[in-house]
Amino acid sequence: MKDSPAASRLIQLGFLTAALTAWYVAGRFSAIPPLFLPPIDAVWSSLNGLIRTEEFWSAIGVTLSTIAKAYGIAVVLGVLAGYLVTRSRFLTAVLEPVISALFSIPITLFLPLFILVFGIGTASKVAYGAAYGFFPIALNTIAGLSRVDRRYLAAARALGISAFGTVRHVMWPAAFPVILTGLRIGFFIAFASVLGGETISSVEGVGRNIALSAELLEPARMYAWIVVVVAAALVLNGAVSAIENRMRGE
Amino acid sequence: MLAARAAILAVTLVAWEVAARPTGGADLIAPPSAIAQALFATVLRDGAIRSAILFTLFEVLCAYALAVAGGLVLGLAIGSTEMARRSFYPVVLLLYAIPQVVMLPLVTLVFGIGPAAKIAFGFSHGVFPVLVNVIAGMRNVNPLYVRAATAMGAQRADIIRHVMFPHMATSFFTGLRLAMTTTLLGVILAELYVSTAGVGYFTKLFAENFDPAPLFALIGILAVMAIALNELARSVERRFTHWRTASTS
Repeated sequence: MKDSPAASRLIQLGFLTAALTAWYVAGRFSAIPPLFLPPIDAVWSSLNGLIRTEEFWSAIGVTLSTIAKAYGIAVVLGVLAGYLVTRSRFLTAVLEPVISALFSIPITLFLPLFILVFGIGTASKVAYGAAYGFFPIALNTIAGLSRVDRRYLAAARALGISAFGTVRHVMWPAAFPVILTGLRIGFFIAFASVLGGETISSVEGVGRNIALSAELLEPARMYAWIVVVVAAALVLNGAVSAIENRMRGE
Repeated sequence: MLAARAAILAVTLVAWEVAARPTGGADLIAPPSAIAQALFATVLRDGAIRSAILFTLFEVLCAYALAVAGGLVLGLAIGSTEMARRSFYPVVLLLYAIPQVVMLPLVTLVFGIGPAAKIAFGFSHGVFPVLVNVIAGMRNVNPLYVRAATAMGAQRADIIRHVMFPHMATSFFTGLRLAMTTTLLGVILAELYVSTAGVGYFTKLFAENFDPAPLFALIGILAVMAIALNELARSVERRFTHWRTASTS
């Protein structure tokens, strides 16, 4: 939205200011029960206190390492599965619709099974996030690799490039943009599912802390945690777009 | 092709049966035969579970109807003028990027543990795809058509009804399909978080009693329901958009 004129930026700024002011005024005059919307200054001071505690950073650490593991597994298995499936045209034709049909089932349904099998600790969240992230990565890898122009492959073979060289120098560059989209979608799905798994059924991590603050009827603390997640999501969004643009620019 | 898929399914089921069967006792992965047995003996026979499933379906449909109506109205409001779109579309996209699941405890706090929270959470998941696709669809309308309509004396409502709506149909129906997926997700998340009578209650009950066979059966029913709703949304999308691809491409 770089080309949008200053006026619309101004409206956006005005919108944000209005929302924050409304929040402040509502807290000031207790227009909304503080249990649902605590005053903005209470949330701010709660956030300030929160980031000084050790539990805050350990919860952040748990969640980040869970996301990293889940996403790592999803990337490795997704790209590998996509590569293996596209090895044969027959396999692609048989399996691609199966994988995309499976992806239309909300994996959230299986969360109780993940908890049952992997326990209530971080392992079940890793598995759940990895399962969710796997599908977009695998589907995009299949889409990317199966559309590599076969003449390029024939040319590479004619020039005597090894199997590894073909993957490295022909298939990877040709399929990369589509795979990159899958990697981005997979990341945000893994991110949201790990937080969701933590919120619904967990003993530690950011999601658990949000649910716990709600259970203890400490809305200011809960909002402080939500603010942290929203800020993290926006920063990650910007960072991932920047990385993606740089990688596409090559 | 179909034969190959059927073969894969058969091999998976047999392997699953064989792998899950021999150890016996407190196994967490139930074999397919036990799941089928639990499906007919426990899950489908129990009136409380049957009504919980229907209740979840009701929650999904309510949330979906609200999401479509809300998304359409808001989308038309934001997409109807250039200024409004430039100002608020980035805000909508920004909000769409936030993982909503962290608001689940808040939604439960505000709407309680009954169906209202499930419908509200399904709505908040479903409204964004509709909204984004309505706005994006209105942007695709050729401005010349709008100018021509204005020149011929069309009112704002006429333009929306006769010029904008037919052009944004493709995008709108894509939004409807995506919204079905996300609404289901929202309702299921809210059911699993806290539930006293819905399917969330029963999944928790079976999981906590280490009773995997009925749990698998219940999840299977819900998965079938999800696929059916998705297919319904997809066929509606095909039904109402094929004329467009057929006439323009």
